[in-house]
Amino acid sequence: MDVALFTEQLLNGVQLGVQLFLMAAGLTLVFGIMNMINLTHGSLYMIGAFVAAALFGHTGSFLLALVIAVPATALAGALLEAAVLRHFYHRGHLDQVLVTFGLILVLNEIVKMIWGAVPVPLPVPQLLSGSVTLFADVTYPSFRLAILGVGAVVALGLYAVVAHTRIGMWVRAGASNRDIASAMGVNVELIFSLVFAAGAALAGLAGIMAGPINAVQVGMGEPVLILALVVTVIGGVGSIKGAFIAALMIGVVDTFGRVLLPPALGSMMIFMLMAVILAWRPRGLFPVHG
Amino acid sequence: MTAPLLEVKQLVKRFGGLVATDHLDLDVRPGETLALIGPNGAGKTSLIAQLQGDLTPDAGAIYFSGVEITRRPAHGRALMGLARSFQITSVFPELSLVQNVALAVQARLGHSFRFWRDASSDSRLTGPAREALEIVGLSYPSRPASDVSHGERRQLELAMALAMQPRLLLLDEPMAGMGREDGVRMTRLLNELKRDYAMMLVEHDMNAVFALADRVTVLVAGKAIATGRPDEIRADPQVRAAYLGQK
Amino acid sequence: MASSPASYRPSSDMMAITVIVAVLAAVPVVASLVGDPFLVKIATRVVVFAIAAVALNLVLGFGGLVSLMHAGLFGIGGYVVAILAFHADDSSRLFDLFPGTTELSIGLPLAMLVAGAAAAVMGLVSLRTSGVYFIMITLAFNQMLYYFFVALQQYGGEDGLQIMSDLTLFGHAAIGRMSFYYGCLVALALVLVVVQRLINSRFGMVLRASSQNERRLTAIGIAPLRYRLTAFALSGAIAGLAGALLAAGQQFISPAEMSWVRSGDLVVMCVLGGMARVWGPVLGAAVFLVLEIVLSGWSTHWQLAFGLLIILVVVSLRGGLIDLLHLVGRRGASR
Repeated sequence: MDVALFTEQLLNGVQLGVQLFLMAAGLTLVFGIMNMINLTHGSLYMIGAFVAAALFGHTGSFLLALVIAVPATALAGALLEAAVLRHFYHRGHLDQVLVTFGLILVLNEIVKMIWGAVPVPLPVPQLLSGSVTLFADVTYPSFRLAILGVGAVVALGLYAVVAHTRIGMWVRAGASNRDIASAMGVNVELIFSLVFAAGAALAGLAGIMAGPINAVQVGMGEPVLILALVVTVIGGVGSIKGAFIAALMIGVVDTFGRVLLPPALGSMMIFMLMAVILAWRPRGLFPVHG
Repeated sequence: MTAPLLEVKQLVKRFGGLVATDHLDLDVRPGETLALIGPNGAGKTSLIAQLQGDLTPDAGAIYFSGVEITRRPAHGRALMGLARSFQITSVFPELSLVQNVALAVQARLGHSFRFWRDASSDSRLTGPAREALEIVGLSYPSRPASDVSHGERRQLELAMALAMQPRLLLLDEPMAGMGREDGVRMTRLLNELKRDYAMMLVEHDMNAVFALADRVTVLVAGKAIATGRPDEIRADPQVRAAYLGQK
Repeated sequence: MASSPASYRPSSDMMAITVIVAVLAAVPVVASLVGDPFLVKIATRVVVFAIAAVALNLVLGFGGLVSLMHAGLFGIGGYVVAILAFHADDSSRLFDLFPGTTELSIGLPLAMLVAGAAAAVMGLVSLRTSGVYFIMITLAFNQMLYYFFVALQQYGGEDGLQIMSDLTLFGHAAIGRMSFYYGCLVALALVLVVVQRLINSRFGMVLRASSQNERRLTAIGIAPLRYRLTAFALSGAIAGLAGALLAAGQQFISPAEMSWVRSGDLVVMCVLGGMARVWGPVLGAAVFLVLEIVLSGWSTHWQLAFGLLIILVVVSLRGGLIDLLHLVGRRGASR
């Protein structure tokens, strides 16, 4: 493997990692604060991409599509939380799995009814359709670089909010011990609604950015959901820092695994990594719950 | 003087900044009933949990009949003869009374990798289980544990502990939440059991404590501030100030 | 969730198992009376998935372990049979060592062994965790198995693996529609009886107790891990058997059968039928698969109705169809 290929694959890995982080951030906080297993997170990813593709189809502007589709996904997430998921916080995990499993079928079918079963085009925005020369003969597609940049900015912003603001403090308190946090006067229910909507927005953003690279189609969220779940358990449920580190790790390992190893082994790499890490630390790298 | 059955040396347990057990020393002698009293938050339940193995102490040592068990897992201690009843009732709700107790019998009969024979008609399990239920005074053993009253569930817990053929009973507020009548019955029952078993008893009901205990240890903020015969403890001015006075 | 499991009467469960098997045994007769051989095909599918659901329910309903990797284990069983047949077909050797075979008396036990071993290994990692961790890890392992077989180009990759030659059982042709159906039914009956015995044995008591109050179980001197692990491996082996039967019956296996959605389907079958009884998932599998056929013939958007139905079951039918039967029975009795 020469330097050019290595650089490209490394960037691909980090870019995948950043996208996974956008998915896992919402997921890990929802798990952490409400101890709720939510499989519909992948559907929000899909909804974001479809809304953006539809808006792009009407307006021809990727930026406009992005700016409207992200809050739209947040709204969809908030509705989902208020209408259904809220009633399942206090149920067992089995019920949560089943309800969100049923919701995936419903949401997939609704999307199929609106937009059809064939993939909807969402092209790379014109401005970012070229590639950038990094150094010497190493070039990299601008759009992928943009994803990387947006993801990094969002990750930093999220970290700043969670680590340094009052709301972030409540979120952390809620994630580490919900009962104590609510006893101390934190409105955990409200915080959770906000976190859920924000998580949905990030999932939507990840979906929109993946749209031009993969295809915008029904069921596109599920493979990403599984990867995000792997990230969440490796990082430690409820830990933003853990999610970030695990996401980069998974992104890079998955990318290089697929390039360097025979396919059957390469596709299993991240799961084996998960198994090893959990065998060593059953509650992930950065466990939040005491 | 005989060697103690249970010995606790310089035990320490902290939860963040909170000290639940503070360099605690105490012992239980064979055949004796030691009562542990103290205000709420004195660290009584945390101590029981450390003795039983639910919590791991930060420092210090626990010896049971001369063997150090400080870091031994809870199930291992149970098999050595340490039986705990929980402060908040803890049973198997979807099993019947006799099945609950039979599980405790099953545990001490060795491994449970027996896949075919019906456990509920195995007299090696149900025999001792019914006996234990009889001792604590529970009838209709095939009722599901979720269907019985609170007082009966406390009795069930005690039956499960007895079925383990314990050498030391760790009883965490066996009368908690019981009505007066049930409480009196439980006291009478414990009074009978104390002839056969060594016990460590955590209890708020002072009448029960002074009726049952051979010795009393007063725990305040994780420390034993006094240990002695019930009449000595009742007379101790320090104890009266720290604890009994508040009642 | 269970209505009153303490009133568990093994004899009435054996009765229920007998009735279920008898009804299933009558399906081919009915099919020939109404002249619809398609019925036997559906019934075969029901029986095969019932075996998988009963296997899952051993750990889900009685062990309280929400496993989302059972479709993966199911698929392993299917691939064992298919890969053995593949090597028998072109006389090549598996790992350059073992010859293939089309003989099911070798293929089925081997499928159980491999699936059970896989369940044990992955169970060892996942059972050390609990709650959401366990669910997510089993889901991840399911996807690992899925992608593994997708990437196995030698055995058809994503397109799946066809079984070209005729499978045999003790030298006799095994895949005649009728004989195969009854063979599967015998397997289901055996599985039901074994699991029924199992959950009432000492082992079963420990398993059930571990799902109700793990702390209590430890306090009386039983550490649950090795019992859970054994149950998980056993459950995996039976799921592998079901997968092997599926592959043998349709002469084909593909990664699609092991997608995580299939794992979810198996959980739905257990909950739909009722997890408190060993035979509950058989009802669940039957209703699920028949509904799937009926709804998909009715509308292309049948999954919408299906999803809503799952939500409805979670919200209102906590004990599954068993509860519904009880309700109907009680109303009938009071009349």
